[in-house]
Amino acid sequence: MTPAQIPVQTLVPQGEHPPAWKWYDYFTFNIDHKVIGIQYLVLAFLSYLVGGVMALGMRAELYTPDSDFLAPAVYNALLTNHGTIMIFFWVVPAAIGGFGNFLIPLMIGARDMAFPKLNAIAFWLNPPAAILLMTSLFFGGSQSGWTAYPPLSLITASHAQSLWILSIILVGTSSILGSLNFVITIWKMRVPSMKLDEVPLFCWAMLATSILALFSTPVLAIGLTLLFFDINFGTSFFRPEAGGDVVMYQHLFWFYSHPAVYLMILPIFGIMSEVIPVHARRPIFGYKAIAYSSLAICVVGLFVWVHHMFSSGTPPWMRLFFTVSTLLVAVPTGVKIFGWVATLWGGKIRFTTAMLFAIGMLSMFVVGGLSGVTLGAPAFDLHVHDTYYIVGHFHYVLFGGSVFGLYAGIYHWFPKITGRMLNEPLGRLHFAMTFVGTHLTFLPMHELGMKGMPRRVAMYDPQFEFLNHLCTFGAILLGLSVLPLLINAIWSWSRGPKAGDNPWRALSLEWTTSSPPLVENWPVLPVVTVGPYDYGTKESS
Amino acid sequence: MQEIPASFWTLLAGIVVTAISFWVGQNHGLFPEQASNQAPLVDGFFNFMFTIAVAFFLVVQGAIVVFIIRYRRRPGDDADGSSVRENLPLEILWTAIPAIIVIGLGVYSVDVYRDMGGLPSSGMMMAHHHSRGSALAAPLEVQTSPALTATTYGLGGAPMAEENHTPDLTVNVTGLQFAWIFNYANQQVTAGELHVPRGQDVLLKMTANDVIHSFWVPQFRIKQDVFPGQFTELRFIATKTGEFPVVCAELCGSYHGGMRTRVIVQEPADFERWLTESQVAQASGQTVAQATPSTLLTSYAQDLGITQETLAQLPH
Ligand SMILES: [Cu+2]
Repeated sequence: MTPAQIPVQTLVPQGEHPPAWKWYDYFTFNIDHKVIGIQYLVLAFLSYLVGGVMALGMRAELYTPDSDFLAPAVYNALLTNHGTIMIFFWVVPAAIGGFGNFLIPLMIGARDMAFPKLNAIAFWLNPPAAILLMTSLFFGGSQSGWTAYPPLSLITASHAQSLWILSIILVGTSSILGSLNFVITIWKMRVPSMKLDEVPLFCWAMLATSILALFSTPVLAIGLTLLFFDINFGTSFFRPEAGGDVVMYQHLFWFYSHPAVYLMILPIFGIMSEVIPVHARRPIFGYKAIAYSSLAICVVGLFVWVHHMFSSGTPPWMRLFFTVSTLLVAVPTGVKIFGWVATLWGGKIRFTTAMLFAIGMLSMFVVGGLSGVTLGAPAFDLHVHDTYYIVGHFHYVLFGGSVFGLYAGIYHWFPKITGRMLNEPLGRLHFAMTFVGTHLTFLPMHELGMKGMPRRVAMYDPQFEFLNHLCTFGAILLGLSVLPLLINAIWSWSRGPKAGDNPWRALSLEWTTSSPPLVENWPVLPVVTVGPYDYGTKESS
Repeated sequence: MQEIPASFWTLLAGIVVTAISFWVGQNHGLFPEQASNQAPLVDGFFNFMFTIAVAFFLVVQGAIVVFIIRYRRRPGDDADGSSVRENLPLEILWTAIPAIIVIGLGVYSVDVYRDMGGLPSSGMMMAHHHSRGSALAAPLEVQTSPALTATTYGLGGAPMAEENHTPDLTVNVTGLQFAWIFNYANQQVTAGELHVPRGQDVLLKMTANDVIHSFWVPQFRIKQDVFPGQFTELRFIATKTGEFPVVCAELCGSYHGGMRTRVIVQEPADFERWLTESQVAQASGQTVAQATPSTLLTSYAQDLGITQETLAQLPH
């Protein structure tokens, strides 16, 4: 595996960079993809903590049926901003901006992204967006849900709603710029010796994600811009009393926001495909099937948005067309799940914390996927739409799926990112608390919804009190579960044992350089002599 | 001792998974009682999906558990595992089986949805008439205007009904922050609770005053969003007498969670008696608020902004 001597290609002339970045470089407009990746990850994690505290506030309110802990308007502001933060400031930027930026050039043997400055600009749109969102809280906070359906969004807390829209448009712009960069980088910047079927699956997943973001994000921006005009400039695109069409907003919103669900899960699928083979010591099962299924999800995922609107103003033909497309998404998703399960078969599984979270994600995601299939057809969806069944379902996908996947990624790549190992016993504690807490919080929600509890309520029928107690206990456990991770990460970053270049004995290219990687990733660009998943074969030993 | 062949264990596991799935699919107890003609259809459809889901769940989780126990790394073993990368027949199998299942589900769901009245064969509900423009300036007036007859999205055409069968009872429903108002136009009765006769074909013509709401009766298993300036409808036959919650299921403001009332299903004779009594009471000038004291939101009444004046504006 010694890289052959090939001419050194540098994007930035030698000698212009310091040998390693200092701590303050991480607070500047730095164009190194690794710095940008870390900036995304840290900002996203801080946002996650804020969004988590909001969730705890809601669960405290829901401990009793009456509205007695928070003012109802505050509750609605919390539910709106919890959703907004977790989607736009945690999962999307952590998965795409964080891991995407840090890993993609390293995985394909590039020295940086195709457009490093654009990359830095994309990141630096995020802090002002976060500031706008935090500012909106001082104006009462946006209270119309992360969906911001008019007319409610037109008549409630207008200043906060306007700031919320500007914030989302900023992160949306960031996402478009980032996606453009990813597509071109993955397509054009692979090290010449890397064949197409040797591209790590994380990169394929990021390619699908970026294409999806490029198609869908502009539509959200249009919808929100029109909403902004309605609120501030007296237009009436969505004002029913002046002939506006509120259902049109829902179409514009969900045309982006259903794909947004895939933006939050496709990169995680990519992380899964990297973590499982390394710790199971097995080649990924069905490389091509997993790569193509990402693209299939990306294409079909653009045509399922109306399933969020089965109970809205939608005609029967539309309800049926989108039933079929929605159910079809289950097929490529199933292919991935079966592929990962089959990767466990015949392995020599090492139960590192990264692997525990990957297996946990697999197990949780099966639940969220199956409950998702039940929602595909209006015959049942009409009953549980906008109820706690939905809340349970999408938290299994986005918490049990996306957040578990992010955790797996953090434990897997922390040694590469920081050069230090995380503490394993603390990691196992973190996993155990998160696993139990997730089921306790979100499993009872399915029954709540089916029995008759709608979502987004600060007060509910007393018959639902017991199950809500379980959910709140689970949420407290989830809140506490972050502590072992925080302590572990902060302590290990400075004092953990040195990781070395390749602590997991992994085969993809990011492990061929030092930990943390050099400023331009490798002294000499690596040559691919072994595929990223060639475990158990002669070449890898 | 002879070894038991693997095929036996596979067969046994298959039987156990099937048995558990069927049992759980029928006995999960997750639904509230069934009180409309649509409810058994929805429950039957869900139970079918749930049976398949439980089977998938057991197979996949079972495989995960078996594999992580069987293929765990033993201490001191630093070698790699099997190098098998693919198995085309297996991959075709696990693509084809879910594909067949979801296509089957799709077909079955259309069938159920039609039985629920989602696909009326006649022109009913197909007239995508958005009542917009001038009529919208005064949504309250619309209730009594000819626009009322223009039908639109929703779940209509109850299955027992003949083609173009007119409903036995039509109720105009108005959602407003944060209450439901039910108006029996032909009988000149307005109420804060929905009364319907058991076994009769009821049509709800729904609109909203301010923002989007959503009309949901969990025991009926039906839900439809309610829009300002547009009509949506729900059609059902209540099959059980009793009181069931009416819940707003679309975020509509601060007290969205308090936007609940009841649907009271009565024997037809009792329903007629209630209707007549209400007619007399309301003709003698009682307001809706007096006729229907809402206990749920009294503690919030001041914040709610629903005043006697608001209610008095509503059509009687
Ligand atoms: Cu409402």
